[in-house]
Amino acid sequence: MKIEKIIQTLELEVKCGKDYLDKEVTGGYTGDLLSDVMGNSREGYIWITRQVHQNIVAVASLKEHAGIILINSCQPTQETMEKAEAEKIPIMVSSLPAFELSGKIYNLLTAKS
Amino acid sequence: MGETNQNLYSGSFNIEGGNFNSAGIVSTNIKSILKKLGIPGDIVRKAAIVSYEAEINVVSYAKKAVVTLTVNPGVVHIEVIDEGQGIPNIDLAMQEGWSTADQRIREMGFGAGMGLCNIKNYSDEFHISSEVGRGTHLKMTIQTP
Repeated sequence: MKIEKIIQTLELEVKCGKDYLDKEVTGGYTGDLLSDVMGNSREGYIWITRQVHQNIVAVASLKEHAGIILINSCQPTQETMEKAEAEKIPIMVSSLPAFELSGKIYNLLTAKS
Repeated sequence: MGETNQNLYSGSFNIEGGNFNSAGIVSTNIKSILKKLGIPGDIVRKAAIVSYEAEINVVSYAKKAVVTLTVNPGVVHIEVIDEGQGIPNIDLAMQEGWSTADQRIREMGFGAGMGLCNIKNYSDEFHISSEVGRGTHLKMTIQTP
């Protein structure tokens, strides 16, 4: 499933990386501990977190994530957005908490089409 | 041990301790060098994880460090030598979940006590030595096909 489909379905706000929303999402990982995400997520995943500082871009870029979704309407910092644009990592914002957002995305990704 | 002397890449990078804004630059650099050398994606990602965790440790706990990347046929070596506080008890530091990180570091999502575990798990060979008050020396080896 492409990121743009998840954005449309869950009414996510796109903060940056608008040109890279056709990336394919192969799975997801939810976490705020960067080493946990580093160790356990995979390439192509969408990363759900409440961390907003620029180090999330380095993690997502090194792990080749499809994109990052911030929960609870958390806003990325200016440095985070600039870095994400440069690294071609889309960042979206959801008003939902992590549990609900993860559940919805899990259902989308596992639904039989 | 199957490793020939033909060197594909050799270079070193500096990391400045305490600067969280530039954290990740060296590992991003290493990743793109390995990609350009045509190293397979899963090996490149292993090297990226290992070097990022080492970089975060330097930024969190050391004054500065030199990272050396050496690529020979069949093998990637990453060595990190820092000047800093060192680790008093390496066995303890290697335990998952054990961390001496302060509140500021933890708030950013670092300091979960998983960094050295990730380094060990994603390296094929891992050596660590440390001297309190001097610094820490990490040697990681990742095999390539």
